[in-house]
Amino acid sequence: MKEVTRKIPKKDALGLLLGKPVYTDDLAPKNSLIVKILRSPHAFAKIKNIDTLEATNIEGIECILTYKDVPRIPVTRAGQGYPEPSPHDWYILDEYVRYVGDEVAIVAGKDEKCVDEALKKIKVEYEVFEPVLDFEKAEGHSSVIHPEKETHPMFEIGFDAQKNIAASYEMEIGSVEEELKKCDVVVSERFYTQAQAHVAFEPHSAASYIDMQGRLVILTSTQVPFHVRRIIAEAFDIPIKNIRVIKPRIGGGFGGKQAVHGEPFVAAVTLKTGKPAKIVYTRQEVFEATYSRHPMRYDITLGATKDGKLKVIDMQGLSDTGAYGEHALTTFMVAGSKTLPMYNKVDAVRFKGKVVYTNKVPAGAYRGYGAIQGNFALESAIDILAEKLGMDPTEFRRKNMIREGETSPIFKIMGEGREGVDMVVRSCKLNECLEEGMKLINWKEKFPRKKISETKYRGIGLAIAMQGSGIANIDMGAAILKLNDDGSFNLLVGATDLGTGSDTILAQIAAEVLNVPTEDIIVYSSDTDLTPFDVGAYASSTTYVSGNAVKRAAEKMKKLIIKEGALKLRLDESKVDFDGKYIYETNGNKKVSLKELATVLLYTENQKQLISDASYVGEESPPPFMAGFAEVEVDVETGKVKLINYVAVVDCGVTINPNLAKIQVEGGLVQGIGMTLFEDVKYSPNGKLLTNNLMHYKIPSRIDIGNIIVKFVESYEPTGPFGAKSVAEIGIDTPPAAIANAIYNAVGVRIKTLPITPEKILMNLNKK
Amino acid sequence: MKINVTINNEKKELEIAPDDILLDVLRRYGYHSVRRGCDTGMCGICTVLLDGKPVPSCSIFAARVDGHEITTIEGLPEAKELAKILAEEGADQCGFCSPGLIVNTVYLKKLKIKKIEEVKIKLIGNLCRCTGYVGQHRAIEKFLGVEK
Repeated sequence: MKEVTRKIPKKDALGLLLGKPVYTDDLAPKNSLIVKILRSPHAFAKIKNIDTLEATNIEGIECILTYKDVPRIPVTRAGQGYPEPSPHDWYILDEYVRYVGDEVAIVAGKDEKCVDEALKKIKVEYEVFEPVLDFEKAEGHSSVIHPEKETHPMFEIGFDAQKNIAASYEMEIGSVEEELKKCDVVVSERFYTQAQAHVAFEPHSAASYIDMQGRLVILTSTQVPFHVRRIIAEAFDIPIKNIRVIKPRIGGGFGGKQAVHGEPFVAAVTLKTGKPAKIVYTRQEVFEATYSRHPMRYDITLGATKDGKLKVIDMQGLSDTGAYGEHALTTFMVAGSKTLPMYNKVDAVRFKGKVVYTNKVPAGAYRGYGAIQGNFALESAIDILAEKLGMDPTEFRRKNMIREGETSPIFKIMGEGREGVDMVVRSCKLNECLEEGMKLINWKEKFPRKKISETKYRGIGLAIAMQGSGIANIDMGAAILKLNDDGSFNLLVGATDLGTGSDTILAQIAAEVLNVPTEDIIVYSSDTDLTPFDVGAYASSTTYVSGNAVKRAAEKMKKLIIKEGALKLRLDESKVDFDGKYIYETNGNKKVSLKELATVLLYTENQKQLISDASYVGEESPPPFMAGFAEVEVDVETGKVKLINYVAVVDCGVTINPNLAKIQVEGGLVQGIGMTLFEDVKYSPNGKLLTNNLMHYKIPSRIDIGNIIVKFVESYEPTGPFGAKSVAEIGIDTPPAAIANAIYNAVGVRIKTLPITPEKILMNLNKK
Repeated sequence: MKINVTINNEKKELEIAPDDILLDVLRRYGYHSVRRGCDTGMCGICTVLLDGKPVPSCSIFAARVDGHEITTIEGLPEAKELAKILAEEGADQCGFCSPGLIVNTVYLKKLKIKKIEEVKIKLIGNLCRCTGYVGQHRAIEKFLGVEK
C-alpha cells in the first residue's frame, strides 16, 4: 500500500499549529450579539416569577428570553441515531430548573459588559425543592425530577419518570444462579466510577445568523452537525430545509460535543432579533453545564471452576445520568456490550440495571462511553478472581478470553439501545497484544511487586479491553468525490474531524484506491448544505464507517475515469486501466493523462463533471482490542502513586496513518490515567459542582504520566477499509483497572472507587 | 483609554477599557492564535511573550502592557520549524493548545534548555487533552536538540 500506512502530517496541521483563525469563535460574524445564559443557583426548583424589566433597559441589551418566549417542545440534546434512544426530556428553557447551572434565561447584547450587568439584574423567584443528589437514593425519591407530562421516550427504554428512572435494561443468557452453584470459586465486588469531565480545550461555542435566503445558519463546535440540524429543527418547530449547520475546525470533543449545547441559545436570539449572535462558554460553564461521564456503580459476581475456567459473569449496575437522560440507556448497555464478549466461554451471563435521574450536571457521551466504567469493574474483579484461584492474571485471561474467529451471543443481544447484530470476530489479536505487552513490561520478572525502599513498592498490573467500530446497522456515513481540471479531487464528507485527523486518513483511503498522492485529495468537512450526511464523529465510527464510504466512492470514481478514458482513447473499457496518472491501453501504447482527460471533460469533449458518491452502514462493528499494562510505584507513607510505565499493545487492524493512530492511543491512555488517578469530582451539599475549574479539577500534566509505550500488532480486518478498525476510544479503557491491579499487586490495597487518590490508598493501608 | 504596544515588532495604538484583559484585547484586534482555554491561568493556551518572557494573557490587564512588547506565535520565526516537527509526529491533534505550547517552547530554545526533565517542568503549565503529551515530547526533543 502506498498512501494507506503513510505517516503523513494532518492536512490542516500547520494551519492549526500556527494559530490560523479556524475555530467557531474566530469565524463568528464580527457584529455578533454576545449571548450569555442566566443559570440556576438551585439544584432543583420551579421558577415562580422572572422580572427582566430592569435588565432589559440596560443600554446595549438586545433581548432577554425566558421560558415564556421560546417553544416548549421536549427534545433530547444527545446527537444519536434517529429515533433516539435518549428520552425527550429537555426544553430550550423550562419553568423547572434541574441542576445548578441549568438554563433560566438567555441574554443577548452588544458586548460582554452589558450582558454581564443584565445577568445580575434579572430577578428570579424560585420555589426550591429538595434535590436528589445521591444516585443510590434517586429511584423512588420523593422529589420527581421530571414531573412534566410532555417528557417521553421515543421507544421502549425502561423509562419511568415518576420513579426518576431514565432507562433500564436487563438480559440473561443461561442461568446465573444455577451455574454459580456449580462453581468452585465465586467473587462478588462493588465498584464505582466518577463523573469525569471532558476538558476539550476549545470551550463549547456556537454562532448563528440569517443568510440572504432567510435561512438560519449555525456555525458550531460540534461532533454531530446533521444531528444538530435535526434537533434544532425539532426544538424550534422549523423545517430542516431552513437550517444550515457548519462545523469549522473543532478544538477537541471526546463526546462532550456529541450534542447540542450553545446552538439553541444563539438560534433563539437570531430567530428573535434577526441578528447574528454568538456564545462562547466559560470554562466554568463547560464544567457545570455541558456534559460529564456517567458515574456508575457495578456489582460484579464471577464464578469459576478450580482449573481456572470462568463460568459466570453477573454485572448489575446503576448509572447516574444527572438532570437529563442523554445517552442514558446506551452508555449503560455499552458497559456490558463492550466488556462481556471478551470472556465469551462462560455458561451464564447477566447484565441488568437502571439509569437514574439526579439533580446534578447532566451526563452524556464521553470517550469509552460506558466501556471504561464496565472495564474498571470487570477487569478489577477478574484479577481478584485470578488471585483467589492462585493463577497469574495473564494466564487466567489467556485461558478465558475471546479469540479470532470466535463469537459471543452478546453481539446479537446487546446493541446500543436495542438489539445488536450477530458477528464473528474476524480479526482479534488479543493474545498477541497480551504476549507483546508482557514482554515490553517484563511481566515475568516484575510480577507482582518489587520493594524499592522501606517506603516504596513497585507493582505491575494489566487489563484487556475491546471497543467497537461504529454502531452496526445504525451509523451511516457518506462521501462525494469530484474530479477537478488538474486531476485533483474534492472529497466531501459529513464525517467530523475534531482534531483526530480523520480528514487526512479519509483522504489517504481515497488516494489509495485512486493510486494518487494524498496531497491531490482536497477534503472538506462538514457542512449540512455542502457535504453528504454522516451521523458524525462518535462511537469510534469514522475510520470504519465513513472510511468504507470513502473507499466505495473512490472505487466508483476510478470506474468513471476508466469509462471516460476509454471513450477518449476510442477503446473498449475492458481494454484500458488507470494507474493514477494515465488512463492507458493495457495491451498497447494509447494513453491519456488524468489531467488532460479532466480538462477536456470540463471544457471541450464529451463535457461533464465526474462525480461519485457512496454511503456505508456497517453490517457489523469489528472490535479493536488492546492489552494495557501499568507499572506503578506506591509510597506507603503518603499513599502517593507514581506511574512509572504504561504499555499499551493495540489491535486496531491496519493503521491508515500510524502516527495519527499512535497519538489517538496515547491521548486516550492519558485521559484514562487522569480518570484513574487525578480527576476527582466534588459537589457541595446543595448540589453545586465544586470542581468546576482547572485548579480544582486536576487533569494530567506532562510530568504526571510516566513512560508511555504504545505498540500495534499486525492485524487485518477484512470488512474494514484496507483492513482498518477503529482506534479512537480503545486507548482510554484499560488504565483504571490496570493501574488499580498494579497498586494492589504493589501494596495489597484494592481500591474499588475512582479516582484512586493517595487518601484512599493510605486509609486502606492503615486498615491493614 | 489608549495604550501603545509593540506587537510582533509593529507599533500599535490600541483602544481599550481600563478593566480589559490582554487576551480579549489581542483577540479583538485579530490575533486569533491567542486562545482562551480555561479563564484561570491554568492551561497555558493563551501564552504570549511579554518583553520576551512567557505570560498567560488571560491573567494580565491590557492596561499593564502599555509601553511594552508583546509577541504572539505570528511574531516568532522559529515557530514554523517547531510546528513542522510537531506535525510530522502527528502531535497537533485539535491544535487548540498548540500556539501557546510553541510560544513557550521557542522561549526555552532561546534559554538553551536541553534536559528533557527540565523542559517538561518548564512546560508543565501548557496542558493538552488530546495528545497525551508523548508525541509533543518526541517533537520538542528534536526541536531543542535534547541530550539523550
